This record gives sequence, structure tokens and C-alpha cells, in this order.
Amino acid sequence: MWHMLRQIFRIGLVTEAPPATDAELIRSQMQKDIHRVFGRALCIRHVDAGSCNGCELEIHALGNPYYNLEGMGIKFVASPRHADALLVTGPVSRNMAEALKRTYDATPDPKWVIAVGDCAACGGVFGENYASLGRIANVIPVDVTVPGCPPSPMALLQGILKAVRQAPG
Amino acid sequence: MMTMTRWHDIDVDWTAMPGALPAMHAEISPAQLLLVCRRVREEGGRLVSLWGEDRSEGSAAYRLCVVLDTATCLRVIECPIHSDAPTYPDLSGIFPSAARLQRATFDLLGLRAMGSDERPWLRHSGWPADYFPLRAGAGPAPTEAARKPYPFVRVEGDGVHEIAVGPVHAGTIEPGHFRFSVVGEKVLRLEAHLGYVHKGIEKRFEGMTLAEGIRLAARVSGDSTVAFAWAYAMAAEALTETQVPERALMLRALLLERERLANHLGDIGAIGNDAGLAFGLAQFSRLKEDLLRVNAKLWGARYPMDALVPGGVKSDLSREGVQLLLDSMTALEQELQVLRDLYDNHAGLQDRFMDAGVVTPELAQQLGVVGLVARASGQAQDWRASLRMAPYDEASVKAITGERGDVAARVDVRFDEVSDSLRLCRHFIATLPAGPICATPGTLRSGALAIGGVEGWRGPVLVALRVLADGRITRCHPHDPSWHNWPALEHAIINNIVPDFPLINKSFNLSYSGHDL
Repeated sequence: MWHMLRQIFRIGLVTEAPPATDAELIRSQMQKDIHRVFGRALCIRHVDAGSCNGCELEIHALGNPYYNLEGMGIKFVASPRHADALLVTGPVSRNMAEALKRTYDATPDPKWVIAVGDCAACGGVFGENYASLGRIANVIPVDVTVPGCPPSPMALLQGILKAVRQAPG
Repeated sequence: MMTMTRWHDIDVDWTAMPGALPAMHAEISPAQLLLVCRRVREEGGRLVSLWGEDRSEGSAAYRLCVVLDTATCLRVIECPIHSDAPTYPDLSGIFPSAARLQRATFDLLGLRAMGSDERPWLRHSGWPADYFPLRAGAGPAPTEAARKPYPFVRVEGDGVHEIAVGPVHAGTIEPGHFRFSVVGEKVLRLEAHLGYVHKGIEKRFEGMTLAEGIRLAARVSGDSTVAFAWAYAMAAEALTETQVPERALMLRALLLERERLANHLGDIGAIGNDAGLAFGLAQFSRLKEDLLRVNAKLWGARYPMDALVPGGVKSDLSREGVQLLLDSMTALEQELQVLRDLYDNHAGLQDRFMDAGVVTPELAQQLGVVGLVARASGQAQDWRASLRMAPYDEASVKAITGERGDVAARVDVRFDEVSDSLRLCRHFIATLPAGPICATPGTLRSGALAIGGVEGWRGPVLVALRVLADGRITRCHPHDPSWHNWPALEHAIINNIVPDFPLINKSFNLSYSGHDL
């Protein structure tokens, strides 16, 4: 236990302020917006609708100490019934289309859908064929798209902020 | 001049395949296929991949392609199959992991392994049973078929009940369905149903040029982007008689080892987290982030999805870049020492790791498990060591193994491989020769099959390629090691408790996308 505490104190806080050049993305602003709209944490449910798992790696990175997503008042939840927003990745495979629609239906209104990555935004390298229905908007309504292959954690944060700002508050 | 060789007393002529991967090729009958497979199995060899192809050549329109690993080289077999009876002998009795590959081959091409499991695997209800997407002239996608429940194997008995999980899981992971049959907390049986992220990658390759295809190959499984891109590039280079410059090979190896580092670091943290140590996740995800940021500085992308091109690599490494790499590796090594001690001496963590999700060496061998999972079960197999390809041939790589076959062994092998990857990175940097980083392609060998393969962080990754005279791809088959390890996960969970599944699953960390294609 002592060694673990020593390591924690030695490393200290590594959570970063977003880059100064990016005037729009200010940590406190994000917290304020989320609080104004939701009055509590923003709850996000991730759905992989057919991704190559590249976007998932960067969604995971949001939770690391540098980005500290939960510190901003955003948390990932286990059920769509607890979610305010869906973070959807991949082109929609035909085999996932039904599960995606059901997940969307299970999410209470009002809800936002953030399509993450080039595939989710426009079909990406996979496009449309017998097994792929292409972009997310072909299957469920999309509010915000975050391009990138995969999008960086910063781009993801901006996408989430954009969705929050679209929310009536 | 091609030279033919015999292997044992089997009446088959083998030809050495061009390209970097040591491989022998033969075109044989289905009956001979059985003979060869049995012989390979008897000598401790393994199945690497199996797929089908429509060549639309007269009555023998189809080809069944099988790749076997015989320790020092791969054996690539093509079996012509008649279109009026598109069947071949079932290989799952010899190689158990052939079962799902055979089912997928039927779903995509309509080639049936006789007497095998006939349940669809990749086809759910997205397209009808008589539509075979990889047949020549398959036409546009027809409408969806009627939804039918998947026939899971039922476990009967007093108090047995089922838990259905997925395809949408509770965490940020890929989709798949797991059906547990349990008594109380104890798992009697797990059956996975995959194919949810099948997005027609193999069909998508058709008609692409070799240069276009690498973008798609790099996105077969995002966490193994370098491995797939390299395997694809190797196959493309074999088809175009391209001699990749030494410097480019070393830079590729550097990228592949960094991919191994990134994934292993992430996994060690996540496995700790699944055993209740959030501290582990925080620490290791920080180290992984540091590594990704160095990638972004040196290769312009945190995940170098497009760093490789057929013939070489896209960008060079400067002297300042080398220094940055060396400094970041020194920092990582120091941190690792502290954290490994913490993991090793944490009683609660080790208690969860030990004896959880055991795959015994005997079972690993029987199932034909590959890669990291196999090595943690005492199987000394690593293409970097066995196939002796540049630049690994002069880096004295040894397969790092564990004996216990449990979660603890899979964590230990990861820790040891992280250390060895750092050693390899230093070796490649120290011996990095000057010179060009990309070669121009030579003459195209159209019509012939070529393969490329590397040992990715998860295990052996293979890509098979065939192009037409116009330089466009007619068949590309990418193969992920997860095909062989998913069935082993179903064995590993038996007699463990349901709450240990996330931990055991994470210790395997298999790809859904690479498997479903």
C-alpha cells in the first residue's frame, strides 16, 4: 500500500488544461455547460456499430489521467436507459443495425447522437455493401459528427462539447 | 526457374513462394489435403488460415486455400473445387479451429465442409442464405432475410440457467454475443456468437489497386494496424518483385514493436482494473498516452494507420526523433520497474490473477491456440523467432513463454514482452542503416497467390493477395489470430465464476473486427 501511495504522490496530478490555442474548448466552460443543461453529470453510452476498434482506443484514452473525462462531469454508463447521449462508432454493419436501433430507442428523450470517426460520419473506407449500411445517419438520427481516423481525444471532447451546446438549456 | 520439392512421402510437389515470408506452395486435391493436414498436425504444426475463392475458371471454379505453420516455414495449399459439387473434406477433426473458418467460408462463398457444423457464422439475417457475396457476379446486396434466433447449444440439468450478454456490452468494447450456461455463479459452458461487426471487408478489397488496398488492410483491426498493413505490404511486394530497403524494414519493425508496447501497456492496466485495481489502469493508461504522444510527434498520428506503403514506409525518422524515442523509452523503463513490483507484490491482485481462466499447455496445443495466449500456456511460438525474417533474423528474438496458462501468466508474458520490445526498439535504432525508405514496385505477377505475415502483438497476422493483369485485387484475405483463440476463451471460463469473465476476457483481449471482417 505504501508503495502505491508513494507512486501516486510521485506522479502527482497530470490532468491537463486543453490547449490554449483552442479558445472554444475551455475545461471550466465545458463543466459549466454540462451543469447548466443537465444539472448533473452528462451520461454517455458508447455503441460500436461496426468499427475497426480504432475509435474505441481513443474513447478509452478519454478516461486516462491526462484527459480525466470524469473530472469534467462526463461519465460512461452501462445502459442506454441511463444515457443522455450515444457515442456511436463505425459504419453500421447490417448485423448491428437492429441492435443500434434498439439501443437508440431505449435511450430516453431528449437524447443526442454523436457519430465518432470517419466511418460513422460518412462510411469511411468500408462504405456501403451487402454487409455495411455506411454512415450512422443512414440508420438513426445524428446530431454531431466527429471526423478523424481515429479522432484524437481532443477532437472527441470538442464533439461532446458541441452536442452539449446544442442542447436546450 | 522454379524448383519443386517433396515433403515426406506425400506425393505433392511444393514450390517456394516469392516474397519475404518463407513459404512453400502446392496445388493439390482434397484427398491429398487431408494427408498433408494430418501429417502437419502429427508433427506439431498448426492451422494458420483457411478461406475460399471464386476463380471462375471452367468447371473447377472454386479454390479452397489453407495455410499451415510447420515451424520453419508456412505451407500454402490451393485445392481446386468443382462448381457442381462445391464441397471439401471437414478439417475440424484435425484442426479444431478450422470449424468457424469453414462456416465463414460457406457463408461468404457457399463452399461446404462435408459433415461439419452447418450453422451460419458470419451471416446473421443481413442477407439471405442463398446469397454468397464472394462469388463472382454476386450482384448487389439483396434485402434482409427473416430474423431467426441463433441455435445455441443448450445445457440441461437442475438449476441450470442461461445468461445472455451482448451484442451491446456494458463497457467501451466491440460487439459480440456471449451465452453463458450457469449453475449459481459457476459457468458450465460459454458459447460465443460473433459476426456482428462483419462489414464485408473482403468484398471491399475487390477491384482496388495494390496502393489503395493498404488503407483498408490497415483498418481490419485498428489495434493491429501496423501488423495488418505490414502483412499486406509484404504480400503486395511479393506480387510486384519489390525489394524493400533495409531502413524501411527497420522502421516498420520499430512501428510494430511500438504497437505491441501500446497494446500491452493498455492491457496490463485494464486487466488490473478488472481485478479491482483502478490504480493500475490510471498508471498504465498514462504510460500508454505518453507513448501515443511520441507517435504523434514522430509519425504524425497517435495510431500510425497510414505509416506503411507497399515498398516501404511513408516518413523517415530524424536524428532528433531518434533521441526523443530513446529518452521516452528510458523513462518508460524506469516506471515499469516500479509498477511491475507493485503488481507482483499486490496480494489481492495476484489472488484474482492466479488460477483464473486456465488454458493448460495440453489444451492450447489441442485447440491450436496462437500468439500471446499460446505462449502464456507454454507454447514457444513466435513468427519473429521461427520464420527468421528481416529485420528480426538478426535481433535474436526468443518466444517468451509462461507455464501456468492463467490470467497471471498472460500478464507476466505481457510484462516480459514489453521489456523485450524495448530491447528490440533499441536494437533497431542502433543498427538503423542509412538509405532510402521506399522502393518502386517491379513487374506485376498477376494471377498468382502471394502471402505476407508478421507476429503482431496478439499473434500471427496473415494477408493473402491475388491481383489480375490490370493490377486490381481479385481476392484479399486478411487473417486475425483471434480466430484460433476465441474458442479457447470458451474453454478457459469453464468452472470459473461469471464475475471473473471480464477479467479473463480482457487477459485474452481478442479482436472482434479482425475476426468478423
